[in-house]
Amino acid sequence: MTDIIARPLAGTRPFRLQGALKEAGLAAFVMFALSLALIAVRVEDVPGGLAIRWRPFDVIAAVVLVFLGRLGLAFLRNNRPAPVALASGLFSAVMALLLIVFVSGGGGVSWAQSLLPFSGFVVNVLVLIISLVLTLRAGLMWRRGERADAGTGVGDTMDRLAASVQGVAVYVIPVLLVAAIIFPFLPFADRRILDIAILVVTYVMLGWGLNIVVGLAGLLDLGYVAFYAVGAYAYALLATEMGIGFWLCLPFAGAMAALAGVLLGFPVLRLRGDYLAIVTLGFGEMIRIILLNWYEVTNGPDGISGIPRPTFFGLPFVRSPPEGVESFHSFFGLTYAPVDRIIFLYYVILAMALITNQFTLRIRKLPVGRAWEALREDETASRSLGINPRNTKLTAFGIGAMFGGFAGSFFATRQGFISPESFTFIESAVILAIVVLGGMGSQIGVVLAAVLLIGLPEMFRELQEFRMLAFGAAMVLIMIWRPRGLLAHREPTIRLFEKGAGKR
Amino acid sequence: MLEVTGVETFYGNIQALRGVDVSIQQGEIVTLIGANGAGKSTLLMTICGNPRAASGRIAFEERDITTLPTYEIVRLGIAQSPEGRRIFPRMTVLENLQIGATIAEETYYEEDVQRVFKLFPLLCERQHQRGGTLSGGEQQMLAIGRALMSRPKLLLLDEPSLGLAPRLVAQIFEVIKEINESEGVTIFLVEQNAYHALRLAHRAYVMANGNILLTGTGQELLENDEIRAAYLEGGARKTDVGQSGNA
Repeated sequence: MTDIIARPLAGTRPFRLQGALKEAGLAAFVMFALSLALIAVRVEDVPGGLAIRWRPFDVIAAVVLVFLGRLGLAFLRNNRPAPVALASGLFSAVMALLLIVFVSGGGGVSWAQSLLPFSGFVVNVLVLIISLVLTLRAGLMWRRGERADAGTGVGDTMDRLAASVQGVAVYVIPVLLVAAIIFPFLPFADRRILDIAILVVTYVMLGWGLNIVVGLAGLLDLGYVAFYAVGAYAYALLATEMGIGFWLCLPFAGAMAALAGVLLGFPVLRLRGDYLAIVTLGFGEMIRIILLNWYEVTNGPDGISGIPRPTFFGLPFVRSPPEGVESFHSFFGLTYAPVDRIIFLYYVILAMALITNQFTLRIRKLPVGRAWEALREDETASRSLGINPRNTKLTAFGIGAMFGGFAGSFFATRQGFISPESFTFIESAVILAIVVLGGMGSQIGVVLAAVLLIGLPEMFRELQEFRMLAFGAAMVLIMIWRPRGLLAHREPTIRLFEKGAGKR
Repeated sequence: MLEVTGVETFYGNIQALRGVDVSIQQGEIVTLIGANGAGKSTLLMTICGNPRAASGRIAFEERDITTLPTYEIVRLGIAQSPEGRRIFPRMTVLENLQIGATIAEETYYEEDVQRVFKLFPLLCERQHQRGGTLSGGEQQMLAIGRALMSRPKLLLLDEPSLGLAPRLVAQIFEVIKEINESEGVTIFLVEQNAYHALRLAHRAYVMANGNILLTGTGQELLENDEIRAAYLEGGARKTDVGQSGNA
């Protein structure tokens, strides 16, 4: 081991072990300070009240792992990948083995559990993943024998990755599309997975809708959930009060939301940047508070229940339909399965999301879409080229709001119950986070971010209260490595020659 | 074609234009020279309605445009290549040109793109490159080309030579002349590079402290001793320093 440490790769500056140890010690201390509050004490429900449980071993494990990890990074930065690769490789192997024993059950479970560093299973998996990443980096560096600069190296790789993702988008998109279409029939897609998928696709659609406003027109909208709410309530009220079906209501709900967008737009579009963001934030809250207090119409905090489900061209998804109505399963001669309705909902939202996507892609190439982008880039210059900024921004606001409204009425019909509680500011923030993390204006980035931000937290419910912490950590990491979003890359809207004909 | 009479413009409390009179005839190249802060750019921007003139009248082809919003003024046939170029950096050259054509009839688009590419062959080579990755000179060409895409009758150019290499400056002025002669576009040129501008222009105005000091043909002003002393001999060196500072 020592001779490996002593033999640096060619052309490196002298390595100061002392400095590395100091750095790792500092990181470990920070971890210790944080873990006192986050890990060390746990309040648990016990019969007869609450009890405090101390978890000293988890704290020790966390501090030691952070110390070693940081030391490893310091080694990497000083071009000594070999010991890091060996140590973290060994560690990963042991971790993986223990986890396999743990999962497989049987006699080994108890000793595997006692050897695993943390008591939570998911945390252990995360530790394994981090250690594998470290091994991979160290291994690659060792093999290539070149210096991988900590920050820029990752950034470059991700840039190249983002560019190549967009480069192969021609192949990736059909594959993703087919995957999305056959998804409900895959063996693992049970009801829970399908529900998560519907949620993810809803947010993808909202992300694409907001992307028109934020990504294309560059108007920071912190109150997008208001239009989602308008669409949801428009459908819910029309359906419960007047008995109009989902498909008939859908365009109307979209129109209502678009109208709300234009109404909001008129007074506020003279504002720019931060000021616009503040007013839209206020508008989002206004809509929620109106819904909460206008009891006669919206039923206030009690919400609206009994919202009818969508039908398949008039065929409802019920086991025993009312007199004179044929249900979906009997019409097609199938046996009744409750999951049919979920699959149908999945396809409805998928189709709506794809329409949003196609609409955005196409409108970017039309004069109005180009005018949006021009306004985002430089409003003064756009005006001097004859673009009417007010009307152009209003169309962006209105169209973005319309798609929010569509998604809202889908939300209402899926839930069967809506109340103002579903439309809080945090929803706006999550949708905006999807757009920003995905890379503003990037369509496929929105999908990626929605899966990361909506899908993963749902999958990781096991982490319980640490879920939001992990969510925050993931956001911070993305902002460090990809400050302009995961797939920030703007595809030109026009080309005179086909791709690849000219030089890049 | 363009009549500016007694125009005063303010930035807050600061008066930038103090009653400016400028008149431009169809088919002319008119240049406006003056030192930094004389109000040259302000005059161009006031013509486009941003900022608005506090008093006075601006008329284009006999029509009062003093209170029209910018995008309406532009639709009448006035195009501007603004100070600092202000191209759209994240959009490609071709997309920039396309946005320039916003108010032009669509049938002319192909023809107009080819026309711009003929004037600036470099832009044709770089048509799929992002505006922000172009050099300063190329961005200037793009700004002019973008302005031409709207088929203007009057082209306002704000310091097209700012921050460019001398060889490129000569080239840009050559193209400006060509736009005027073969395309018949009237040109109002604001410049610090007085020597080039005066040689090119049919008529010229000299501006200082928000007032028009002098007016005459380009040749007259080139030979005027006062002008020579202030803007050409001693001044030439001074503006060069200013240019590199801005670039």
